[in-house]
Amino acid sequence: MDSLSLDAARETRLTAAIRQLKFRDPALARRLAETIARVTAEIGRSPVSVMHVCGSHEQAIAKFGLRATFPKDLNVIMGPGCPVCITDLPEVDEGVALARQGHVIASYGDMLKVRGTVHSLSDVQAEGAAIEVVYSATQAVELARRTDREVVFFATGFETTAVATAAVVRSGPPKNFSVLSAHKYIPPVMEIVAEMPETRVEGFLAAGHAATITGWGIFEPFVERHGIPVVVAGFEPLDILAGLARLVELVRDGKPAVVNMFPRCVTKQGNQRAQEELWSVFRPVGGRWRGIAHIPNGNMRLREEWAHLDARRRFVIDLAALWDAAPPTLVADCICGDIMSGISSPADCKLFGRECVPDTPVGACMVSSEGSCKIWHQYGGHPDLGAS
Amino acid sequence: MKTEIALLEQRITLKQGAGGRAMRALIEDVFLQDAPDVSPSEVGPRAMDDGAALWIGDRWLVVTTDSHVVHPIFFPGGDIGRLSVCGTVNDLAMMGATEVLALTCGAILEEGFPRADLERVQASMAAACREAGARIMTGDTKVMGRGEIDGVVLNTTGVAVTARIVRDRGLRPGDRILVTGSVGDHGLAIMAARHALKLEGDLRSDVAPINGLIRAALEAGGPAVVAMKDPTRGGLSSALHEMAGKSGVGILLEETKVPVTDAVRAAGELLGIDPLNVANEGKAVLGVSPEAAGPVLEALRGHPLGCDAAVIGRCVAERPGNVILDTGFGRRLLAEPEGEPLPRIC
Repeated sequence: MDSLSLDAARETRLTAAIRQLKFRDPALARRLAETIARVTAEIGRSPVSVMHVCGSHEQAIAKFGLRATFPKDLNVIMGPGCPVCITDLPEVDEGVALARQGHVIASYGDMLKVRGTVHSLSDVQAEGAAIEVVYSATQAVELARRTDREVVFFATGFETTAVATAAVVRSGPPKNFSVLSAHKYIPPVMEIVAEMPETRVEGFLAAGHAATITGWGIFEPFVERHGIPVVVAGFEPLDILAGLARLVELVRDGKPAVVNMFPRCVTKQGNQRAQEELWSVFRPVGGRWRGIAHIPNGNMRLREEWAHLDARRRFVIDLAALWDAAPPTLVADCICGDIMSGISSPADCKLFGRECVPDTPVGACMVSSEGSCKIWHQYGGHPDLGAS
Repeated sequence: MKTEIALLEQRITLKQGAGGRAMRALIEDVFLQDAPDVSPSEVGPRAMDDGAALWIGDRWLVVTTDSHVVHPIFFPGGDIGRLSVCGTVNDLAMMGATEVLALTCGAILEEGFPRADLERVQASMAAACREAGARIMTGDTKVMGRGEIDGVVLNTTGVAVTARIVRDRGLRPGDRILVTGSVGDHGLAIMAARHALKLEGDLRSDVAPINGLIRAALEAGGPAVVAMKDPTRGGLSSALHEMAGKSGVGILLEETKVPVTDAVRAAGELLGIDPLNVANEGKAVLGVSPEAAGPVLEALRGHPLGCDAAVIGRCVAERPGNVILDTGFGRRLLAEPEGEPLPRIC
């Protein structure tokens, strides 16, 4: 690359960063916060409970201190928005067992410290198992091309990352590559959480990046069935505040509808080619989400025609061999499940910030950068300082 | 599990050199075990301030020392030589001692280290000394075998005398918090250089001797300058937490007032690193009585190294030891960083 095009590339990156900052205008943010407060007061009930289902939304809320601007009658609940956190114990156990059986496990860094029934990938790595951190599904395939050993891509994430896994499955990976899918699909869990009596969710803030793929139209049947509004929102502070303002308006007006507040990225149909590729590789099956419930159609498994790339079909996975010790005792006090269902917040946990910190996490919520506990810890602990 | 932890504690970890809580704990557990008792008017090792201060009849003798292990040794905006002079000169200045009496230099070199690089480092030390009005009066040289040390390690010690010392624990509710310029430059420049990010043209370390700048602030503010600290490892956030904790006050920090260059902000966004948490090598944080904040700010801005100085917050009685961050959108507590996110930053 010559110096001119280097300069041009740098220019583009900087312009992109600055353009993003336009969604960070504090004066506009104050006006939106006032709207949220006014409309919540007009609803005249307390609390008004809405839920987001995305770790990136909580990241932005915590980073910018937005919780301090929410009216006290508005309860913005953190839902099951962390794919690492809801990966179930037996799924982690499968990865750990395959590693102990001598295969190379490639996975995203956040998965390493997440404990299964007894062990984490990081535990067996310390015993000498081959665990490789990758940043993309493509990297896992490259890893397989460089070795003769079996490389199992332990694939986690919602439909956003599942699209990337589908792409490598379709790309003709080498014979020693296989996929252990723990991918999860968000729309079905919204159905379950919407019916939970403990949370009484009156509106959902849906994740903008997932909707880029699925399209906002996917929420229409949900809104019809449950009579609960859904607003699709982006991840800058103004995106979130504008999304919440619209959501409380819909609650106030008793108008269950889908509103797209992220039109610069999201369309009604979404990315149809990505959806076709996604569902040509995966099929939805029911399964447990850690700490929450059995979610019908919530898990994504490889379709029959890709069985030759499915680690669950290629190997005999011996889970019983893993249960050679008792789970750590602190786990009994961990309330990750309640936090992920939106029933509790990290501040309700007696381990939070004491025994449970990012270096020595007890529960999955303190492991992942999308986990509520890790996010709250990173941004100063309990985020609600009030407006004084 | 218990034995695992016990085993881990038998070995030094990188975190224990990162400038945060883990490092302070190591110093307390090991180096302060047999630390001497000093009179209440003196500043000794237990204070963990930027240096020691001894009363010598009519004035204070201030002593400080600093070792430098930065990687790479040459980086945009400076090198290990400039860093080794500035680090010690600035620590003296943070105690209120802006006239440097003498520096020492201890160099430990690796067998095979290029002589041309050493000469370049020496020239850079000499230039920094001229800027600071300092002289290296004695030194020591050792060479270790190939692989026994990485390239070059420099240690400098500084001595100075001053009529009045300034501590890092003098903040009271109401005092204003000033910073002498943009933050995050050194840390992100090193990070970009190390990872060969194509951003480095915009990112330069701020490494500079700021004793002249601090002299101007002290002349303008006098005793109204009640606390000072240089935000090195762990950045502005670490420095503010330490000052708040030692002073027993809370600090309300206005994020939108903190000067950050566009290049640092953009690189921080890309790397997911908060510029508040990374090292600076040519900046200071000052606590100033409210009535003197204006004149001190003016004096700082009148100096070439302080033209971006700003009032960034104030001290409050609530939440002692904490830093409350006003983001412009809302408020939250600033988490105290575990130290510098990157090893070998200075």
